Amino acid sequence: MSQTSSPEPANTDLTRLAAAELAELVHSRQVSAVEVTQAHLDRIAEVDPAVHAFLHTDAENALATARQVDQDLAAGQAPASPLAGVPVAVKDVLTTEGTPTTCGSRMLEGWLPPYDSTVVRRLRAAGLVILGKTNMDEFAMGSSTENSAFGPTRNPWDLDRIPGGSGGGSSAALAAFEAPLAIGTDTGGSIRQPGAVTGTVGVKPTYGGVSRYGLVAFSSSLDQAGPCARTVLDAALLHEVIGGHDPLDSTSIDQPVPPVVAAVREGATGDLRGVRVGVVTQLSGEGYQPGVLRSFHAAVDTLRELGAEVVEVSCPSFQYALSAYYLIAPSECSSNLARFDAMRYGLRVGDDGNRSAEEVMSLTREAGFGPEVKRRIMLGTYALSSGYYDAYYGSAQKVRTLIKRDFDAAFENVDVLVSPTTPTTAFRLGERVNDPMAMYLADLCTIPANLAGNAALSVPSGLSDEDGLPVGLQVMAPVMQDHRMYRVAAAYEVARNAAEGGPQIQRVPQADWSAHNRAQSEVAV
Amino acid sequence: MSASVAVTELMDYDEVVQRFDPVLGLEVHVELSTNTKMFCGCENAFGGEPNTKVCPVCLGLPGSLPVVNGKAVESAIRIGLALNCDIAEWCRFARKNYFYPDMPKNFQTSQYDEPIAVNGWLDVVLDDGEVVRVEIERAHMEEDTGKSLHVGGSTGRIHGAEHSLLDYNRAGVPLIEIVTKPIVGTGARAPEVARAYVTALRDLLRALGVSDVRMDQGSLRCDANVSLMAKGAAEFGTRTETKNVNSLRSVERAVRYEMTRQAAVLANGGRVVQETRHFDESTGSTSSGRTKETAEDYRYFPEPDLVPVAPSREWVEELRATLPELPWERLKRIQTEWQLTDPELRDLVNAGAVELVAETVAAGAGPAEARSWWVSYLTQQANTRGVDLADLPITPVQLARVIALVAEGSLTNKLAREVVDGVLAGEGEPDQVVEARGLKVVSDDSALLAAVDEALAAQPDIAEKIRSGKVAAAGAIVGAVMKATKGQADAKRVRELVLSRCTG
Ligand SMILES: [Zn+2]
Repeated sequence: MSQTSSPEPANTDLTRLAAAELAELVHSRQVSAVEVTQAHLDRIAEVDPAVHAFLHTDAENALATARQVDQDLAAGQAPASPLAGVPVAVKDVLTTEGTPTTCGSRMLEGWLPPYDSTVVRRLRAAGLVILGKTNMDEFAMGSSTENSAFGPTRNPWDLDRIPGGSGGGSSAALAAFEAPLAIGTDTGGSIRQPGAVTGTVGVKPTYGGVSRYGLVAFSSSLDQAGPCARTVLDAALLHEVIGGHDPLDSTSIDQPVPPVVAAVREGATGDLRGVRVGVVTQLSGEGYQPGVLRSFHAAVDTLRELGAEVVEVSCPSFQYALSAYYLIAPSECSSNLARFDAMRYGLRVGDDGNRSAEEVMSLTREAGFGPEVKRRIMLGTYALSSGYYDAYYGSAQKVRTLIKRDFDAAFENVDVLVSPTTPTTAFRLGERVNDPMAMYLADLCTIPANLAGNAALSVPSGLSDEDGLPVGLQVMAPVMQDHRMYRVAAAYEVARNAAEGGPQIQRVPQADWSAHNRAQSEVAV
Repeated sequence: MSASVAVTELMDYDEVVQRFDPVLGLEVHVELSTNTKMFCGCENAFGGEPNTKVCPVCLGLPGSLPVVNGKAVESAIRIGLALNCDIAEWCRFARKNYFYPDMPKNFQTSQYDEPIAVNGWLDVVLDDGEVVRVEIERAHMEEDTGKSLHVGGSTGRIHGAEHSLLDYNRAGVPLIEIVTKPIVGTGARAPEVARAYVTALRDLLRALGVSDVRMDQGSLRCDANVSLMAKGAAEFGTRTETKNVNSLRSVERAVRYEMTRQAAVLANGGRVVQETRHFDESTGSTSSGRTKETAEDYRYFPEPDLVPVAPSREWVEELRATLPELPWERLKRIQTEWQLTDPELRDLVNAGAVELVAETVAAGAGPAEARSWWVSYLTQQANTRGVDLADLPITPVQLARVIALVAEGSLTNKLAREVVDGVLAGEGEPDQVVEARGLKVVSDDSALLAAVDEALAAQPDIAEKIRSGKVAAAGAIVGAVMKATKGQADAKRVRELVLSRCTG
């Protein structure tokens, strides 16, 4: 390890605790929700100028929610949920009534949504305390959070490195102990890849497992909101709060939430006997960072030691996943982002009373969207054009079907599939901004699960030996079998904590935050 | 726009149909009268303060998602069934992408290559009773757009306007678009066929109870595609699509106008431009709208925010079994019940009087009397006033009362017409008119007898003829009595009294 960890923080530091631990303290009234909230707000004030995980914090509302939780508990009421009183950070792509929701874009700067997304509504109903909105690549397009119009987020493990994307803000907030829980969204890996490179847990539930209502769409058939946390149990607890059928989302699955918390408790016994684990041949090997592969092989060994039966599984269509993704996602995005036209909300440029609506639309879209968003809109517009549709969008949909078949075939023989979450550890800020293809490769391992709609998560699997940066283990499960991957991840987490004498996340370097507290404009992006 | 300045050349209609065969394609948009909109819970109602019937979904706010209105799907299936279509076992919505300010998402959620109903037909009866079968290509579900109000400028269109106001109350209202296959072989009757088709469709939709079908309010809208091909040609000509056709009469006029315009263009060696044209009600002409230099590419793709619609066969059969009586079935029944000949039925239909007669009969009148009133006297009155029969200020219930007064002998036919005139003049209910105008039949026999005796005394020679058995001569005495009583006597009764006086 190139960086040494700082002395163990005191147990009294509330920001260092897991959500489940905080909930227990609050519910047993040893600590108030207000104290917990204030501790996190203080931490944000201290470190966020350097990390820039948040685009917006809402101390007033957060404290008001916390006070309400405390009052209800004092009045003898049962907690609204197992996570009542615990703070949470929400990716700025989910609408929050009366609180800015920018999607990391100038296009929506200053927009105050008149409604809550279903995920946010459920968080509020469960008594969670929303600290604020986290940074992201513009409209969730990117793998580094450098595409945010409001400046990048930095990786707490190394402030010169990216925290992943698009949900880099949510994962960085966890790794910097600014929040114990966060909500992300995952279209091609935007929860799992940031989770991997920040050493946190990131879960993409089964498509349709968590409502998309109020999730500003990038690619509707791929977008999926999910929990981010520092422990597998916390992720599961949050999953059960936000999951479940929503009549406002036609694509939401009308079935109960898979029993993910119970699965974590089962996995925590450290026994994986009878579980069949498939290692995907196509998701490792050439092009992967050696330290990442070594970490991955060690993880597979651990699973075997826990009693799992490990087999190699071939999913030949996965090699086309990235290409298919970069046709389907841009196609849907070109249509989803058409509504940003200056007519009803958000940015309006050039409306001087002489210009036509068409000109104002055009000027606004030119000024309001960043280069990556424009690139994808153009790509998608082209792919859907008459004469090209069959060759591009049509073919991509066929690949999607083949990938689903590969998953189906694999899951006939194994319970879960595993792979590295990302081919490399966190790269340096600016390193890939001028090389879109290199940037896209960051999602190589995560995209197949989005295309097939099944569940997948990333759980910390140590630090890469060549750079000392976190590596993630991806565990994938069949549609609505999310509990299977939670069980495996929980068992693995327990084994790792035992071997290393505590959670890896507690070893995040305590940087000299002030040294990095510099203006965004200095960042070479 | 130069169209208002340049004089458009038109060909004489007779020459058009001698030289060309018209091909029609009619696209009818129907706003469904569901309680709520197509994809959200907002109220579906015409008008209202601008932007009051809106929510995040129909405003297309970021993050909002559509949910299909099951009632709209049901209406779509019922329309499909009534049009003899096949109902898809599985169909999807698609996005039609184009930018326009009155469309909140800049795409319309519609159906593309997987519509809910395909391959149907509708038999259309022309004024002379000829039946034309119009083939239906498809009926599909979609959402309506908002409305733009372009302020300033002369045309009321977006070009030249100073600014525009947007009202999204209509955005997301459920629409069914019904598209015909090309209608060929109708020749000179093409304009009439177009009108008859839209009329038949309107009546069908009204019978189904799925829409208000108010062309004036836009709940029924027709786009008329017209092209001409030279007689004997194998391929269709270039078509134009005329929009803003807001009445049945306009459908006929618009088609006719386009035929004469396109024929003139072609006869002069010109080329018909494929374009959207706007119909002007006041001049009966069409003018060029958007010229599609390159065909618009809507970049359709399956709507990922919605799951496919897969109506079960059981449901479809249940809907088929519970379809109401359809207009043509009803006419058949009426013809039998009212004992009408084919021409009588056709006159009734052409007069637009079926509904009025039916309501009059329902109010207690005999079918023959009711039909006679509406088809003859009241049709004349409507023509004189230049209004539709249904818009005359007399209701079927009022007419039924007049007919009842005649039947019970309180009014003669002549008096009845005066009562109807009074109602039409706004003098109130039939009984009030009778009272106010003093039109009651003189039914007091003693008063009548006095008049009879007076008339007999005045014409003794005729009285003698009657007494000698020449009953036909009684007419002269009856006439005299009627004259004396200013028509307020029941002629039948007078005749009885005359005869009894001369034989008794
Ligand atoms: Zn609405």
